[in-house]
Amino acid sequence: MSPALLGLVTIAIGVSGCLGYFYLSNLFLDKVLFPPVGPNAGRNINRANMIRPWLFLGPAILALGLYLGYPVIETLRLSLTDRTQDEAFVGLANYSQMFAEPKFWEAMRNNMLWLIVVPAASTAFGLLAAQLTDRIKWGNIAKSLIFMPMAISFVGASVIFKLVYDARPAGNEQIGILNAVWLQFEGGIGSFLILKLMPAVLLLSFAAIVTYVAYLLLRPLLESAGTVLIKALRVFGAAIGLWFAYTALSNAVTVFVTELEYGAPQTWLTLPFYNNFFLMVVLIWIQTGFAMVILSAALRGIPEETIEAAILDGANPFQIFFKIKVPQIMPTIVVVWTTITLVVLKVFDIVFAMTNGQWETQVLANYMYDKLFRANDWGVGSASAIIIMLLVSPILIWNVVQARKELR
Amino acid sequence: MADLVLKDVAKSYGQVNVLSNIDLEIEKGELIVFVGPSGCGKSTLLRMIAGLEHITGGTLEIDGTLVNDVPPSQRGIAMVFQSYALYPHLTVRENMSFALKIAKMSTAEINERVEKAAKTLQLHNLLDRLPKELSGGQRQRVAIGRSIVRDPKVYLFDEPLSNLDAALRVATRIEIAQLKESMPDSTMVYVTHDQVEAMTLASRIVVLAGGGIAQVGTPLELYERPENEFVAQFIGSPAMNLLPGKITGTGETTTVALDAGGTATSTVPSRAEDMGRAVNIGVRPEDLMTTDGPAIFTGTVNITEALGEVTLLYFQPQGGADPIIGKLQGIHPDLKGQQVALTADPSKVHVFADTQSLLYRDRPIKEIATKAH
Repeated sequence: MSPALLGLVTIAIGVSGCLGYFYLSNLFLDKVLFPPVGPNAGRNINRANMIRPWLFLGPAILALGLYLGYPVIETLRLSLTDRTQDEAFVGLANYSQMFAEPKFWEAMRNNMLWLIVVPAASTAFGLLAAQLTDRIKWGNIAKSLIFMPMAISFVGASVIFKLVYDARPAGNEQIGILNAVWLQFEGGIGSFLILKLMPAVLLLSFAAIVTYVAYLLLRPLLESAGTVLIKALRVFGAAIGLWFAYTALSNAVTVFVTELEYGAPQTWLTLPFYNNFFLMVVLIWIQTGFAMVILSAALRGIPEETIEAAILDGANPFQIFFKIKVPQIMPTIVVVWTTITLVVLKVFDIVFAMTNGQWETQVLANYMYDKLFRANDWGVGSASAIIIMLLVSPILIWNVVQARKELR
Repeated sequence: MADLVLKDVAKSYGQVNVLSNIDLEIEKGELIVFVGPSGCGKSTLLRMIAGLEHITGGTLEIDGTLVNDVPPSQRGIAMVFQSYALYPHLTVRENMSFALKIAKMSTAEINERVEKAAKTLQLHNLLDRLPKELSGGQRQRVAIGRSIVRDPKVYLFDEPLSNLDAALRVATRIEIAQLKESMPDSTMVYVTHDQVEAMTLASRIVVLAGGGIAQVGTPLELYERPENEFVAQFIGSPAMNLLPGKITGTGETTTVALDAGGTATSTVPSRAEDMGRAVNIGVRPEDLMTTDGPAIFTGTVNITEALGEVTLLYFQPQGGADPIIGKLQGIHPDLKGQQVALTADPSKVHVFADTQSLLYRDRPIKEIATKAH
């Protein structure tokens, strides 16, 4: 049989099988199990109605359990056993082995960097694009262009950006646009402004922002409000913020004192620390379109009168945007942010296709793939998978809760 | 002294003229109501005063200053929207203090103003609530409070009662009237399509029609001496009856022989050259009364509507014209299908030539009113 025909037959059998299941099981419930006749008719109807949802949901729950639930349990089991020792239970040995690996901590650090930068940048750029394209004639064209990367696969986008970052030996024509731009800098005042002062200022302002956030997190502690858990979370959050501030400050200093190799083409993806950002750009490029579409719809949903009232109240365009528009679409921003966060935590393709985790760009998902399928270390690989799941779950739950709130 | 002066104000969107030749002077302390059918441009005019719409022709002065190109917030106006337009993410207190915070007023003064406005509007228990936790009437009060705290020269109301249910509408209307009384110096411009609101609240009414002003006057002026057929029919419910005829007697009083057969006498004066002129006489349903003598109108009652207090009689004239309506005091259940003769006091009979009342014959005829009608 030709494959196409086989496919069609499969679809036909599958669909009619589903329909048959729903129809016949419903028939069985109503006619045989709890028929709405006889002395217990009313009770039977109620019972049938209680069973019916489970009847209809049953196949889906079963399939999801098989394909999602079981693998989680199995991965957990694998992470606690050792295949080379005949699947003996080894407790947390895999985890401690993993925690002792610098590559794992590198992946953790990079994942955290991705987690902070990509959702923030995508949401910010998306919001900016949504607001700026809102009222102009060619706004829809601009929006389509910004949205288009969404249609490109991560691997495809990686290939595109690999070309952007491409380096040819000095003296040759550079085909990578970044190097072509880089070679324009010759070490003069313009180079100082753009390559030293600007990044340093950006890093300093980032440090200032995270320090302020840390302060905001810590301030309520002085008034001793909230439970111990909340306090611990606040202290933890503030510590992370301060750590970021420290990193940013030290990097600002580094940026300022580093001698830059003007005139020499750079292999961008091999520059430690910064190559992470070159990879992030790919994902930001893709996710900005998503954020823009959702936020643009949300912005349009804001009642026009509240904006007119703000104009009459004397608010300037910035105040209208930040004090009237953004607070009104805050729930949507949170949903967009957390959705992108989930994508980021699972990021694999981009790193795999561009650097494969070399030059300190490892991330958790690629680390897991490395351990599972290249090193064939099922124990550590599964342990890292469990770590990723633990990181994703709270954000996922929060995302679902927020999205439901949004729907209400 | 005039607080708000509009001179030859016009609004057009490209080739489409929405408003033209708007000349209006609003005195300090007046409550002016813009009224008119939907699409007449009354809200557009209000939004032009507010600064939310660009003025494409003429000049607008507030308190003696030309404000055509002054941004809305510096015009000294405050506006109350039909949909309240409260900021949903801010509490009542924050909603009311938003403009003051933008203006960088001190916290103490903001609090003082908000408290004072809250007291006037009985909002002091609601200050920490979000708009979604308030009822429609409370939201409207907050919207008004948001205007009061700014202490503007001119208050603008854009159909503020339209989103309220009937009972609340009456209550809030009275509240607005009391508010106006407590602030005798503040000028208010109020847009509505509801003529009851217009008649009860206004010190003067501006009837807008077909992109221009049909008439400006006190509520009773518009009711008793309408300038044209449009105003005559727009003010009052049911609308004024118009009956075609020819002038047969001129002088201090005018006699009109109606095409349908009756004769009407009006205290509206006419000139000798008016003899034989084709006119419409206008009589309000409530001014018609049954008679045994000479009648303005005689016909068979088609439908009666007994409202208890009054009974409405509908006569279907020949040729599918608008029905003639009579409003009789009391209950008259037996009049349906009966032949009834109706007349009216000569002082209650209006005479319109070319849609313009003969009372205002020296004023130019307003094309717009006929067009809108």
